[in-house]
Amino acid sequence: MSDAELVGIVLVSHSAEVAASVAELAKGLVGGGNAPPIAPAGGTEGGGLGTSAELIAAAAASVDRGAGVAVLADLGSAVLTVKALLAEGDELPDGTRLVDAPFVEGAVAAVVTAATGADLPAVEAAAAEAYTYRKV
Amino acid sequence: MLDADFFRRWMTATAASVDREAERLTALDSPIGDADHGSNLQRGFTAVTATLEKEAPDTPGAVLTLAGRVLISTVGGASGPLYGTLLRRTGKALGDAAEVSEERFAAALREGVDAVMALGGAAPGDKTMIDSLVPALDALGDGFAAARAAAEEGAVATTPLQARKGRASYLGERSIGHQDPGATSASLLVAGLVEAAGE
Repeated sequence: MSDAELVGIVLVSHSAEVAASVAELAKGLVGGGNAPPIAPAGGTEGGGLGTSAELIAAAAASVDRGAGVAVLADLGSAVLTVKALLAEGDELPDGTRLVDAPFVEGAVAAVVTAATGADLPAVEAAAAEAYTYRKV
Repeated sequence: MLDADFFRRWMTATAASVDREAERLTALDSPIGDADHGSNLQRGFTAVTATLEKEAPDTPGAVLTLAGRVLISTVGGASGPLYGTLLRRTGKALGDAAEVSEERFAAALREGVDAVMALGGAAPGDKTMIDSLVPALDALGDGFAAARAAAEEGAVATTPLQARKGRASYLGERSIGHQDPGATSASLLVAGLVEAAGE
């Protein structure tokens, strides 16, 4: 399956470092497969802690291959900003969804699943299922 | 009737009061939030007035949808998408009329507040901006000054509440005894209507 059909993943965090590192982590766990397009959107445009609508929109556009874009967000304003952008209708590529998932575990599940060529609902389900992995 | 200039004045008046009260908003946000509410809104509303001046939207709906869009893009905290959604949804509800009645504006603002509640999941009593906006809406039929009084009263009334949304909710009972910064800034927005009307 060609890269052109993989679901794109956007990781939105209050921190640029968190978003970039989780993206690296998830990519590293794909193994021998073909990693899907992943873009971090962390922090504000000025490099501080917070959320940038511009960075989110740019990240989503950069990973859109026509198969949909799964967006994972960490907290508060990151979640609200993605939801507000989705509600506007024209700010994010068609087929962009906010995935309800834990940030790190969900990102790994989403990226590994997307690497298999799975479609957006399957990527979303895999990421959401990460909520059920109990640790104790 | 309310024209585009009225809504421009509303945004300018709100920007000025946010500017004036930024330190107080941030101080309110320090014990129960992350101490950025004043500076975030100041950045947002400064950008709103600059953009309104540059793009000169010529209907009430266009003024508010543009202002909302700018807030979503520039605030950088949760108040950006929340206030942005409030203004955008209100603006969209106003359509492209050149002038709107106070009744039509009140109905549109209610759509905006409903959209904020849907976005953030907050209900009255959760210690949020909703606790200022809903009483203001309910009083709006009696005029802007009545709405301002209701909004200010609503903001003060958040003090004994326990936060159930956002970062302050992590504090549980320790959030009690602090006036909510979001409800306070929302009362500044409502007060801006009185100034815009020149009352």
